[in-house]
Amino acid sequence: MNPASNEKIDQIFDAIYKEAEKRRNEFREDPGPKIHIGLATCGIASGALETKKAFEEALDEYNIEARIHTVGCLGHCYAEPVVVIDHPDSGFPPIFYHEVNAGKAKMLAKLFLKEGDPRFEHVYGAMEENDLIPSVMEFARFNREKRVVMEKCGHIDPEDIYDYIAQGGYSSLVKTLKLNSDEIIKEVQNSGLRGRGGAGFPTGRKWELAKSAGEQEKIVICNADEGDPGAYMDRTILESNPHQVIEGMAICAYAVGAKKAIIYVRAEYPLAVDIVTKAIRQAIELGLLGKSVLGSSFDLEIDVFRGSGAFVCGEETALIRSIEGYRGMPRHRPPYPVQKGLWNKPTVINNVKTLASVPPILDHGADWYREIGTENTPGTAIFSVVGNVVHAGLVEIPMGVSLRTLIFDICGGIPNNKKFKAVQIGGPSGGCLNEEFLDTPIDFDSLTEAGAMMGSGGMVVMDEDTCMVEVSRYFLDFTQNESCGKCTFCRIGTYHLLKILERLTRGEGEDGDIELLETLSKDIKAGSLCGLGKTAPNPVLTSIKYFRDEYEAHIYEKRCPALMCRPMIAFYFDLDLCARGCDACATCCPVEAVFTTSNRKKGVDQELCVKCGECIVVCPPEYDAVRKVSPPHLVPYIEKPPEKKKED
Amino acid sequence: MNQELTPEEKEALKHVASKLEFYEEQRRNLIPILQMVQETLAYLPPEAIKLVAEHLAIFECEVYGVATFYNQFRFHPPGKHPIKACLGTACHVRGGDIILENFERKLGIHAGETTPDREFSIEKVACVGCCALAPVAIIDETVHGHMAPSKVEGLLMRIEIEKEMEERAKKKDESGQ
Repeated sequence: MNPASNEKIDQIFDAIYKEAEKRRNEFREDPGPKIHIGLATCGIASGALETKKAFEEALDEYNIEARIHTVGCLGHCYAEPVVVIDHPDSGFPPIFYHEVNAGKAKMLAKLFLKEGDPRFEHVYGAMEENDLIPSVMEFARFNREKRVVMEKCGHIDPEDIYDYIAQGGYSSLVKTLKLNSDEIIKEVQNSGLRGRGGAGFPTGRKWELAKSAGEQEKIVICNADEGDPGAYMDRTILESNPHQVIEGMAICAYAVGAKKAIIYVRAEYPLAVDIVTKAIRQAIELGLLGKSVLGSSFDLEIDVFRGSGAFVCGEETALIRSIEGYRGMPRHRPPYPVQKGLWNKPTVINNVKTLASVPPILDHGADWYREIGTENTPGTAIFSVVGNVVHAGLVEIPMGVSLRTLIFDICGGIPNNKKFKAVQIGGPSGGCLNEEFLDTPIDFDSLTEAGAMMGSGGMVVMDEDTCMVEVSRYFLDFTQNESCGKCTFCRIGTYHLLKILERLTRGEGEDGDIELLETLSKDIKAGSLCGLGKTAPNPVLTSIKYFRDEYEAHIYEKRCPALMCRPMIAFYFDLDLCARGCDACATCCPVEAVFTTSNRKKGVDQELCVKCGECIVVCPPEYDAVRKVSPPHLVPYIEKPPEKKKED
Repeated sequence: MNQELTPEEKEALKHVASKLEFYEEQRRNLIPILQMVQETLAYLPPEAIKLVAEHLAIFECEVYGVATFYNQFRFHPPGKHPIKACLGTACHVRGGDIILENFERKLGIHAGETTPDREFSIEKVACVGCCALAPVAIIDETVHGHMAPSKVEGLLMRIEIEKEMEERAKKKDESGQ
């Protein structure tokens, strides 16, 4: 790059940045209150749109001048809908409110915005240090996180490119355009960034391989085909801060010498598709994409491809087939996509999180990134921690933090005084780890060693009421459905694994089933081509390894220790505890299996009962009379009085 | 089982045919085309598959091969009130299958089917991404979090009542005129 063109790049970007700064200052210096509402899919699912509407109506009704700022997701899913109110005139700092439904929104508008009372009973915390309200940064859920990729998520409006630029966005791209591609690749290599899609291949190395393919046309693909049920960080990033991903893609394309890039997003994420499409259009309008980016000689065109929902398409060769318009079936590697990918052109495929890590790395430097995380895996990991955990949601932590810290300190542990049983990491390809592994540091290598894997970052926490055999059956059901059918072992092997597990959960297990599961699993691993088949038996193998006693109880005692496998349990009412005349269980039973005994207590008609457990939920805690037993023949016999004939 | 297209669907099919002109005859356009057809018709009837195959000059079985591979594509018309029961990991751990079963029992159909009056259809989905609200069901476009078996009946009843009220209002309008 010559100095003259560098000057031109600076000039063009300066003008854009000034505009962004102007807009930001206008917003900041507005003395009126500001309401930030999180409007990503999870917020909307919890009712954030109604909350927004309620605020708008209330502002009208009480004649309040305030700005509503729609932002993405902060990752605190347990608290959605999340609203941050910044009301400088009241003398309070910006305040974080959780679970703001429409009613709460109206109340806050009237009492806080109009009358200046922040309603302390609804306050979650302040967004900055102050003397009046404890700051959210005092909570482990906030201060133990280290945000690199998600730093701006939830703070900026994803549909406004200027919001991102005002916070330093696209400055890494400017920096990139002034360097040559070797320098960029070197920087990424020095940072030690590893692909965040699951396998952990060094990103810089991948770029270098693609670059060495020479002058021919190349393609960059951003893999946002997040098929793992229970993981949604890619969607959140695209919905909350699409420009960081686009900037990462642009840097990658520049480094490897590509002029075309594709974002492969699941069609099941309509909001993410809309936001990304809009973001690309905005970037083109400002000259940050398209022909001669920022006046340089670099061209880049980004398309959005909507994936149609096949788990296997997360595998790179299957993803390529899918874009080409065929069934998404993986093929042999080599040739690797960096040599021969989409339409036989060298193709770099990176995950959303990988690409979103690139701009901060170039901004702060490789050494800064190396200091976060561990020696072998620098940087941060994003997990969607869900299941039986108090503070579910997205958590970004430095690599190397232990599972115990993540689950118990940051996410608040297990709700309802239950005991921790297992954590399932990496979705259907990952494994279930028991208590022994709670002190395992989280990084690619130690998780793989333990039998799980980093995978996409889905983490499901399970309490003592979860049956490990049933969970394995669930994951096998998923992988069996999603197997593309190319390899015999994956197609037929997973089917038989599933059939055996189904038998076990029905109480029809036989001696030798565990051994059969183990042999079959090993064969499937050996006989499958792609990651799906190679890892599909992981949930089975790890759960047998760490929870063998549960499998044995299912087979030899026909008993489900966690009382979860429905064919193996039965419900009854403890007649000493059941209250006379209380009808809570009878009215809510969806199949009318609850009857009243001759002394006006309750019994369960075992023939009718579907074991949904609703009676346990509604039985008032002062009686707590519903009991579950396994195996079902242990249930005490309670006589059902003959049905009275209705008198006409 | 091949259902006749309704007059509206026939109209929509013509619309699809005209839209096809915007897509080049290239294999890479197959999935985007199928997505467009489903957006217009809500499912992929055999008539539409034929159109697509002709447009791209490939066999119908090729189109079926791709369409059946992906979970997104549907071959039955959905009900007026589509119900999606989430069976992602978090929902499963919290009893998502029980919710699905309740819907199936109440409506008398299985997942992937539509009630004969085309009012309701049930679909299984793998994670809608609101794991913190598990178990989750989506009726029409509304997400219902923290589902319970007893909530199922109430939700279905609400739709019935709304329908009845609409009909009554309609009758009132008619008699008023």
